[in-house]
Amino acid sequence: MILVWIPGILMFSGLISWVAGRWHKEAPRWIALAALLVTSVLLIIIWLQSRTLTDLSTYHQWFLEFNRQWIPSFGIRFHLAMDGLSLLLLLLTNLLGILSVLISWKEIEHRAGFFHFNILFILAGISGVFLAEDLFLFYFFWEVMLIPMYFLIAIWGHENRVYASYKFFLFTQGGGLLMLLSILGLYFHHAGVTGVYTFDITELVKHASSATWAGLFMAGFLIAFGVKIPAIPVHSWLPDAHTEAPTAGSIILAGLMLKTGVYGLIRIVIPLFPELSLSIAPFAMAVGVAGVLYGAKLAFAQTDLKRLVAYTSVSHMGFIIIGIYAFNGIAFRGAVMQMIAHALSTGGLFVVAGIVQERLHTRKLKNLGGLWDDMPGLGGFSLVFVMASLGLPALANFVAEFMILLGTYLSNPLWGVLASLGLIVSVIYALRIMQKVFYGPKLKAYKTHDINIREVVILSALLIPVVYFGISPSPVFRTLATPVNTEIFLKQEKENSGKLSQKNNFIMQPVNKPLPVPQTTVEPNVLPTAGKEVDHGQD
Amino acid sequence: MGRTDLLSLMPQIILPAGAMVLLLSIAVRRNHLFTAVTAILFVLASFISLFFHTDPNEISGIFIRDGFSMFFSGLILVITFFIMLISISYIRNRAEDIEEYYILIMLAALGSTVLVSSRHFITFFLGLELLSTSLYVLIAFLKDREHSIEAGIKYLIVAAVSSSFLLFGMALIYSGSGSMYFPELVSYFRSAGINIIGLAGIAFMMGGIGFKLALVPFHLWTPDVYEGAPAPVSAFVATVSKAGMFAFFLRFVYESEMLQLDSFLLFITIIAVLSMFTGNLMALREQNVKKILAYSSIAHLGYLLIAMLVGDQSGEHAFAFYLVVYSLTITGAFAVVSFLSEIDGDASSLEHYKGIFWSRPGIAIAFSVMLFSLAGIPLTAGFMSKFYLFLVGVGSELWLLSIALVLTSIIGLFYYLRIIVVMFTKVESPEKTSPVGLLYGFVFAGITIILLGVGIYPELLNRLINYF
Repeated sequence: MILVWIPGILMFSGLISWVAGRWHKEAPRWIALAALLVTSVLLIIIWLQSRTLTDLSTYHQWFLEFNRQWIPSFGIRFHLAMDGLSLLLLLLTNLLGILSVLISWKEIEHRAGFFHFNILFILAGISGVFLAEDLFLFYFFWEVMLIPMYFLIAIWGHENRVYASYKFFLFTQGGGLLMLLSILGLYFHHAGVTGVYTFDITELVKHASSATWAGLFMAGFLIAFGVKIPAIPVHSWLPDAHTEAPTAGSIILAGLMLKTGVYGLIRIVIPLFPELSLSIAPFAMAVGVAGVLYGAKLAFAQTDLKRLVAYTSVSHMGFIIIGIYAFNGIAFRGAVMQMIAHALSTGGLFVVAGIVQERLHTRKLKNLGGLWDDMPGLGGFSLVFVMASLGLPALANFVAEFMILLGTYLSNPLWGVLASLGLIVSVIYALRIMQKVFYGPKLKAYKTHDINIREVVILSALLIPVVYFGISPSPVFRTLATPVNTEIFLKQEKENSGKLSQKNNFIMQPVNKPLPVPQTTVEPNVLPTAGKEVDHGQD
Repeated sequence: MGRTDLLSLMPQIILPAGAMVLLLSIAVRRNHLFTAVTAILFVLASFISLFFHTDPNEISGIFIRDGFSMFFSGLILVITFFIMLISISYIRNRAEDIEEYYILIMLAALGSTVLVSSRHFITFFLGLELLSTSLYVLIAFLKDREHSIEAGIKYLIVAAVSSSFLLFGMALIYSGSGSMYFPELVSYFRSAGINIIGLAGIAFMMGGIGFKLALVPFHLWTPDVYEGAPAPVSAFVATVSKAGMFAFFLRFVYESEMLQLDSFLLFITIIAVLSMFTGNLMALREQNVKKILAYSSIAHLGYLLIAMLVGDQSGEHAFAFYLVVYSLTITGAFAVVSFLSEIDGDASSLEHYKGIFWSRPGIAIAFSVMLFSLAGIPLTAGFMSKFYLFLVGVGSELWLLSIALVLTSIIGLFYYLRIIVVMFTKVESPEKTSPVGLLYGFVFAGITIILLGVGIYPELLNRLINYF
């Protein structure tokens, strides 16, 4: 039941804050903040409980589950379920949600009630996507987050907002409809095989890959998720949407909405179509590498600060695609780490861009420069986020990218090598941000003041985890516990770890140590045999 | 005629009785409010009397009362009720001698309920003429307006031609089969006995029905009539008249088992695909909101043909679901148009909607919900109905139609979104506005809540449909 509360509280308080906005200007902000704090507390309680789960036989199951009928005529169920991945992403959602309310405290004056309604509905939709185990419900939440985001860009965005919101809506809606086609295809295929009409992922998994048109079905999902991630060549909505959105919108877009696409890959595409996913893995990794390099190149060429940061997202998300399709535990954990690290560091950069825009009313790099003198505090924070973005060791992004590259090298050396070029190009665009905005000559005499307490709190809330996970990433991996129970990972990992243990198995240890090592009491077909290999290595 | 027959004819007796009462009252003294309230009460009474007799009953082999006719009569009366509510404040300032308006609406609604209760060509034609004749007058009701008479004449000519098509088609079918009673046509349509004359009869009938439903290629009158008619009447044409006609069409096709004919299937498939594409593509270039809604209704009726082609219980169910949602949404959309209209012309240009979010946020949100519902975006009933349609379409392997449904839905997004974008455009100084009246407020809130409620929990409507 607690799972229903998470999107439920957000939606309900969204309605309340809209109404409350009519009688008091500040009320919606406090309501939104309170709602997000409540859901955060719920999640932290769940997280604390999950840490005590030591029973190995249950670690591949859900922490929590909620399963009721919703629309029985079509076999649609209200099925929510949470595992380590969902929990991590939900915690992230709440953190960024709170920050996006705080960052809008002074930025959004106009129609604050409707603004917070939209924010809370987006967050509810995102939370729902991270929890849904029924494909129809998944699609439902997928669309719930779309329309408020459209309003957010179209109403509170910057100069070119109408065009950007239009483009955003059409891209994501088009992808979503293709996904709906695939969902229905699977639904009918499953009914044809078993006679049971259901949208439940746990049921559909059994027969999905035997469908005649499995390839087409998978393509539908891939396009929908590819648009969201975004993967080359369907990325072109992203720079417009990110640039024109208000700061809160940019944070949510970059930090959370892009992650829903990745989550879909992990939760839906790979479990439903394991063999097909393996066979397209080289292409998917090629798309990822293209994203890494092309995104970095475009980021370097931008003249608008927010647009530059937006393109770095394309580059960073490329790493995630590579990490997932490398099909081994190290790269997978790296990809999850990258999801979190990217959300935090890019979120931080968008906050910086938002503050710069608010103070100086420009985002053009040619108008900026020498801000360090006036705003040393902001400059300091920016420096850390920029360093995180370029993958400096001891920051979370480094851990993530390093693990992705390591895992990728094991399964596909060519793409591993090419992707590691991304680390070099990212230095170029990242340093350009610092150079153009904070260093160099002052182009105009601005009268500005440095960041205030509220902004320090926001930036610190993003910065502390970046540093902490950079030094000690194990809490993330411990919560994640296992690559989402797909046998394909285990199979692939077995092959790769065989390779690994011959060469230098010490790399494997720090990664796998927090993982529960399966004992003989667990049924053999879900055993990660990789674990045994490691055991052997430790001897 | 026994007591049960009388009870089951009650809805169709109350409506003309109300019309009589009002005619007499007008002869004594004109009073707008009295007429409007009485008319609404009679419509409600007719609605309630639907439940006096719920068992299936067939009267003299021409008039049928069953779950189907009850459900759609109920829908027609509810929509008529909403349209009357909108009309009260709309029509008040715009013409003199407006009391007849309500009588005409009642008669047209009567015609529509007769259509859905007919199982015989005679009843069908009676209902149809009752409906069309009232509409000629209603469309040209605000006769001082620019396009009013033009729209009325256009509708008159088209309706008259299509009626004669229908008559001729029915005559041809009768000449071959010797019956005008639908269940007796089964053997005729199924057997090899059908010849070129029978096929010609069907073709003529389809032409006539296509005109009434404004399916492509019989749709050319629609945009002009919608544009020229007063907004509540446009709503009436788009919902009550089409719902009645379409429900009749469905019964005719199902009971006479016409889906057995391959040529008929092919014909309907072509018309459906054409309607979906033409409706949506024409709306893309349109700047006039009333015409956009007209094209949108063409496309939606094209979608509805999918449900008809399914040809079984699930198809009928999806049909009912879709028609309810479509009628409510279009009524709501035209209610918004009526509300924003000025005295001498309707709010048809996009200019009227510019930035209304800033001056009238409630209206803008309600209209957005309706447009999202028309576009088929989740959380709204429009999505559920489209989803349902798609489900039964794929379930009976109508691949071409299902794919056309999805493709044209994507096209449709563009123009619905355009109206919404205009509504949310920022204006510098939002004008001061008067509050929304009680009647409009009731219609907007009611329809918006129904659309969202069904969108989130469609079982409500499913159960209602299953009940009948």
